[in-house]
Amino acid sequence: MSVIVNPEKCQGCEECLSSCPFEAIVMKEGKAYINEYCESCMACISVCPEGAIIEVESEKTGGTDTGAYKGVWVFAEQRGGKVASVAYELLGIGRTLADDRNTDLSAILFGASDAAAQELIRWGADKVYLGKHEILESFNDEPYAQLLSSLIKEHKPEIVLAGATPIGRSFLPRVAARLRTGLTADCTSLEIDKDTGNLLQVRPAFGGNIMATILCPHTRPQMSTVRPRVMKRGQYNVERSGEIREVKTEGLASRTKVLETVKEVSDIAVNLQEADIIVSGGRGLGDPKGFKLIEELAELFGGAVGSSRAAVDSGWIPYRHQVGQTGKTVCPKIYIACGISGAVQHLVGMQSSDIIIAINKNPEAPIFNVATYGIVGDLHEIVPLLIKRIREMKGGQ
Amino acid sequence: MKIIVCIKQVPDTAEVKINPETGTLIREGVPSIINPFDLHALEAGLQIKEKAGGTVTVLTMGPPQAETALREAVAMGADEAVLLSDRAFAGSDTWATSYTLSKAIQKIGADVIICGKQAIDGDTAQVGPETAEFLNIPHISYVRKIEAVAPDAIKVQRMMDEGYDLVESSTPVLFTVVKELNEPRLPSLKGKMTAKKAEIKKWGMSDIQADENNLGLKGSPTQVKNIFTPEARSDRKMLEGTPDEQVEALLQELRGLKCL
Ligand SMILES: Cc1cc2nc3c(=O)[nH]c(=O)nc-3n(C[C@H](O)[C@H](O)[C@H](O)COP(=O)(O)OP(=O)(O)OC[C@H]3O[C@@H](n4cnc5c(N)ncnc54)[C@H](O)[C@@H]3O)c2cc1C
Ligand SMILES: Nc1ncnc2c1ncn2[C@@H]1O[C@H](COP(=O)(O)O)[C@@H](O)[C@H]1O
Repeated sequence: MSVIVNPEKCQGCEECLSSCPFEAIVMKEGKAYINEYCESCMACISVCPEGAIIEVESEKTGGTDTGAYKGVWVFAEQRGGKVASVAYELLGIGRTLADDRNTDLSAILFGASDAAAQELIRWGADKVYLGKHEILESFNDEPYAQLLSSLIKEHKPEIVLAGATPIGRSFLPRVAARLRTGLTADCTSLEIDKDTGNLLQVRPAFGGNIMATILCPHTRPQMSTVRPRVMKRGQYNVERSGEIREVKTEGLASRTKVLETVKEVSDIAVNLQEADIIVSGGRGLGDPKGFKLIEELAELFGGAVGSSRAAVDSGWIPYRHQVGQTGKTVCPKIYIACGISGAVQHLVGMQSSDIIIAINKNPEAPIFNVATYGIVGDLHEIVPLLIKRIREMKGGQ
Repeated sequence: MKIIVCIKQVPDTAEVKINPETGTLIREGVPSIINPFDLHALEAGLQIKEKAGGTVTVLTMGPPQAETALREAVAMGADEAVLLSDRAFAGSDTWATSYTLSKAIQKIGADVIICGKQAIDGDTAQVGPETAEFLNIPHISYVRKIEAVAPDAIKVQRMMDEGYDLVESSTPVLFTVVKELNEPRLPSLKGKMTAKKAEIKKWGMSDIQADENNLGLKGSPTQVKNIFTPEARSDRKMLEGTPDEQVEALLQELRGLKCL
């Protein structure tokens, strides 16, 4: 599809100009004109009072026979032989998609053991394609891309998912380029379109200011990366059985070489992503002392301390606590946001938490849009009260 | 050492606001800037040149107004600037963008190609690795430190989830950089003067011998179906009353959910 303006109908009212997220509409001789910035998002079509903006079918070339492709694949990444937790989350959503499409779910595992493959089956995979070769043990883009592409060519899955991690985000694009198919980054929701059977891939764009639904209608597989902690894990079943298939690894080569792997994990970072409860503070705390309150509450819940970027930028708390687009993505059972406005860049990092409690003195703060429980009030009043009451309850037990 | 830095002109997303009625972006008054990560890519290119000698070419694909971004890059110290602009490039997704950039890179020739980690409008982080694949050269993503540059090999630190990997690669190579790598310089006065007069090469489809079927909307496997703004949660409860009552109500809810 492409979008054009019918110059005969266009009255030059300029309504459409500001509707375009890509600045693709300009005025030429009193008429709207859509330039090369256009991404065919259709936002302008409904805005035009004259109905002068229309979508036209553009001829598509190089499409694949989409019907020949079946099955959902999850790339299960490992580091040091240990499968990353995002793989289990992908198996959760992968299972749903496979069931919707009435097809199988397979996991692809490179450079790990049969035991690790078995675990993927317990988490929902029907089949595991296991690549065992020294070159696959540490991550190098070329052999990973080479092997995954050839497996895809051989088995023709219709959907391929991977974690939006430094690994998945780095080599999946090579696979997409090689296979001449689409790849959608950082999806927050994946769903099968009931009418067409296509994968509807929802992702944030423009720093999370808007969400976009992306389609890959003419080529296969449809590939997406998904951030860790966005999808829920599926059912774990020790009894589940499946097939482990070792794949051929001849001819793999790499022009890059990992000389050394250095770990720099801080306990806090790990803590933040694994905590059931996170208490986060933002600029509303007023000063670094405010974090004393946050820490106290987090400790009472046995939870971790998070923060907005504004608090980090103010130097109140180290960067490793930052939640959001440029910080950590978290998905605890309870997320308590104190004095955080809820800018989109913060929301993308925490909005899939089960329960979100927002404490903010501004009733218009966008954080209330994602909150399960909202308290409009001064955090310096609310939080100490909350601490006091929880202490009393604990003391009374 | 021939170095190419790929830069993109983007709207400053920090300034972008949403019109709550139409759910669309308000672009008025939002400045266009060089993608912040690409400034770090340019700085990296300039530093390599200063150490190892050579030239830095900045390359962008975009509408004619992207020339401004190229001039800014020249003001910072780039030697050459190329603008890829053609109606046929319209509506490119990352696949078509990478294809187009790779065609231009082949024409220019390079030992090292540097991209930003991601562009802040699309945030995909795909164009760098895809371009490397089209060029059939190795790439390294998320470079946070350059340890050594020799004519035939480079050694860098690649940022990973739990630390970093020390990675070595043969050249030619493409890498994408994160903010931690360096602090981009500001344009000098002399640089600004040079930039004003600098020649910007403008190339279209035929200049880079591109296959039309791989370009723009036609060459893009992905399509944007629609865009929308995130909505408020439907199960939201606002807890009313005095602070005491609000806190009490919250505890009640949490107890009901067995969270306490
Ligand atoms: C490219 C990019 C990436 C970004 N990445 C991130 C990211 O990863 N994470 C992130 O958090 N941000 C990120 N940001 C920044 C983001 O846009 C916001 O600026 C930031 O999240 C705001 O932090 P805040 O909510 O603490 O501060 P503010 O927006 O200043 O909000 C403070 C809030 O506290 C409330 N308040 C004040 N006093 C009190 C009180 N006494 N009691 C109760 N409430 C009170 C106010 O009503 C206000 O809502 C990014 C921005 C950009 C451009
Ligand atoms: N149109 C473009 N012109 C030049 N470089 C680009 C373009 N789009 C993306 N890039 C480069 O690719 C990187 C990643 O972009 P993206 O994949 O869009 O997130 C950017 O930081 C740029 O270095």
